[in-house]
Amino acid sequence: MASLEALQKLIPQVRRDILRMVHQVNSGHPGGSLGCVEFFVALFQHVMKYSTNFTMDGKNEDLFFLSNGHISPVYYSTLARSGFFPVAELATFRKLNSRLQGHPTTHEKLPGIRIASGSLGQGMSVAIGAAETKKLNNDSNLVYTLHGDGELQEGQNWEAIMYAGAKKIDNLIATIDYNKQQIDGSTDDVLPLGNLRAKLEAFGWEVIEVIQGNDIKAIISGLEAAKAASGKQKPIAILLHTIMGNGVDFMMHTHAWHGKAPNDEQLAIGLAQNKETLGDY
Amino acid sequence: MGLKEYRFTEQIDTRSGFGVGLAELGNANPDVVALCADLTGSLKMDDFKAAHPERFFQIGIAEANMMGIAAGMTIGGKIPFTGTFANFSTGRVYDQIRQSIAYSHKNVKICASHAGITLGEDGATHQILEDIGLMKMLPGMTVINTCDFEQTRKATHAIAEHYGPVYLRFGRPKMPNFTTELPFEIGKGILLQEGADVTLVATGHLVWEALEAAKILYEQGINAEVINIHTIKPLDDAIILQSVKKTGCVVSCEEHNFLGGLGESIARVLAENHPTPQAFVATQDTFGESGTPSELMDKYGLNAAAIVGKAQEVIARKA
Repeated sequence: MASLEALQKLIPQVRRDILRMVHQVNSGHPGGSLGCVEFFVALFQHVMKYSTNFTMDGKNEDLFFLSNGHISPVYYSTLARSGFFPVAELATFRKLNSRLQGHPTTHEKLPGIRIASGSLGQGMSVAIGAAETKKLNNDSNLVYTLHGDGELQEGQNWEAIMYAGAKKIDNLIATIDYNKQQIDGSTDDVLPLGNLRAKLEAFGWEVIEVIQGNDIKAIISGLEAAKAASGKQKPIAILLHTIMGNGVDFMMHTHAWHGKAPNDEQLAIGLAQNKETLGDY
Repeated sequence: MGLKEYRFTEQIDTRSGFGVGLAELGNANPDVVALCADLTGSLKMDDFKAAHPERFFQIGIAEANMMGIAAGMTIGGKIPFTGTFANFSTGRVYDQIRQSIAYSHKNVKICASHAGITLGEDGATHQILEDIGLMKMLPGMTVINTCDFEQTRKATHAIAEHYGPVYLRFGRPKMPNFTTELPFEIGKGILLQEGADVTLVATGHLVWEALEAAKILYEQGINAEVINIHTIKPLDDAIILQSVKKTGCVVSCEEHNFLGGLGESIARVLAENHPTPQAFVATQDTFGESGTPSELMDKYGLNAAAIVGKAQEVIARKA
C-alpha cells in the first residue's frame, strides 16, 4: 500500500507515459486515459491486493478487468510502473510485434491482462464470470472493473447489470468513468444516459458516487467504501465523475482528444505541465 | 469389397448424448460448470442441474452475457459449457465469442443444439446453416459436429479434456445410435466403410444418410468409401487425401450451407494437395423454412437419395 506522497508522485509520471506513448505512434486514446490516471494509481498502488508474479487464474488475489480497452495507455503505464513488466516496454506501444497492442489482449501474453477488450460492452460479463468462479473457489478476494460511461450504450452491459443484481454478485466493484464524453461529443448529445444512479439502483446495485473523480484521496475513500460494501448481497458500482484529459489543460473538458495524439508542440506543453518524477521510459 | 453393416439399437437425439455426457462429466470433474440461456430442457441439461445446482448457472435470455460470463469463469480454472440453440450460440454472439473467448483463448465449450434445418417447424429464425462457417473462421476454435447420441456423449467428454475454445454442434431429431463401438478422438476422422469408387465424407446427421447411400450405391455396383468427419477444424486432411487418392472423387455431406461448411474445408485441402472432382450435398446458399425434419431434408436435398445422385454425378466427372 503506497503512501499518499508516492501516489502523488506517480500521477504526473503516468500522464507523461500516456502522452509520450500516443505521440510516438501518432495514435491511441489520451483523453480517457488521462481522465483515469488517479483511479488506476489508487487501484493498483493502494487498494488492490495482487501479485506481480502474474498467473492467468489469479487465485487468492484481487482481479481487475478493463472493459473500455481503448484507454490502454493508462493501463499499460500503471501495470509497468507497478512491476508487471519493464517500463522500457512502454516504448513498443502499438508497434509491430509488441505485447502492448492498441487495445489490451491476452494474445501476446502481457502480464496483467486477463481478457481482450476493445469491442465495447463485454467486460462486465467477463468480470461476473470471474466473480462467480471466485465464489466457487471460496476465494474471498474482489473483482474490479472499469467501464466508459458511453460504453453503457452497449446492451450487453444491461444484461450483465441485471444478472449481477439478481444473482447478488457482491464481490464485484464496477467503476464507471463518468466523464460524460464520447467520440462524437457529449453523452447528452449522442445518447443521454439518464439517471445512472437510479438505473443501477433499480437493478439492485449499491451505488457509490465519487464526485471528485480525479482526486486521489476521494477515489481511495470511494474504493474503500466499496470494499466495505462488498459481501452484502449486492454488486457495487462507483460512479466516478472524472474530467476527460485531466492534467493537460488543453485536453480537458472536451471529447476532442478521445482518440487523437498530440503533435510535437502539444506534447511539449503537456509534458511541461507534468514534471518527470520517476524517470521517463 | 464387402459392405460393412452398422446396426443401431435405438433412435435417439444427439442433444441427449450431450445431456448424458455433461451429467457424467459433472460427476467426474468438479471444475466443469454449465451455463444456460433459458433452454435447460431443450439442451438436456436437467440432470447436470439436478446433481450439481451450485455449478449450474441459469443466465436468462441473455446469450451475449452468457458468453462473457463463461469466458470470465475460466479465470480461476473452471471449464464452462454453455448451452443454447446453435443460432443463438453463434451468430447472435459472434463478437462476444470472437473477442472474449477466441482471441482471449478461453477454455469455453460452446455447446449448440438444434443446429441445421432439422429443428423443423420453428422455421428459419431458429435454424442455422451458417454456424460451422462462422466458428471455423475464428483462429484457435475447434469445431465439432457429431452424428449420433454416442458420438455426442463421447465428444462432450473429449472437449473437457482439450484445453481451448470449442464449438460442439448437435441437434434435435432422433437418429440411429450406431457409434457405440467406435472411438472418438478430436481431429481424427473415422473410416466407416471401405470402397474404391467414390468417397463420401459426412458430418452430423448426414453420416447415417451417407451409410444408407453407400448401401444403395453398392446395389448399383458402386463401392463407396464412407468417412465420418466429426471434427471440421482441425480437419483430418490425411484420411481424406488417402481416400481420394484411391477413389478419385468425393461427395461432401453436411446439414449446412455449402458456403463455409465442411465441403469448403475439404475443397481447400484437395485444391492444395490433390485436385479432385467434388460434389456438395449441402444447402445452396438459402435459409430454411418450417416443415417436419424429414420433409425439409427431402426438399433441401440432404438425404441418402441426394447423396446417391451426387455420387453418380461426380463419378461421371472422373477423368
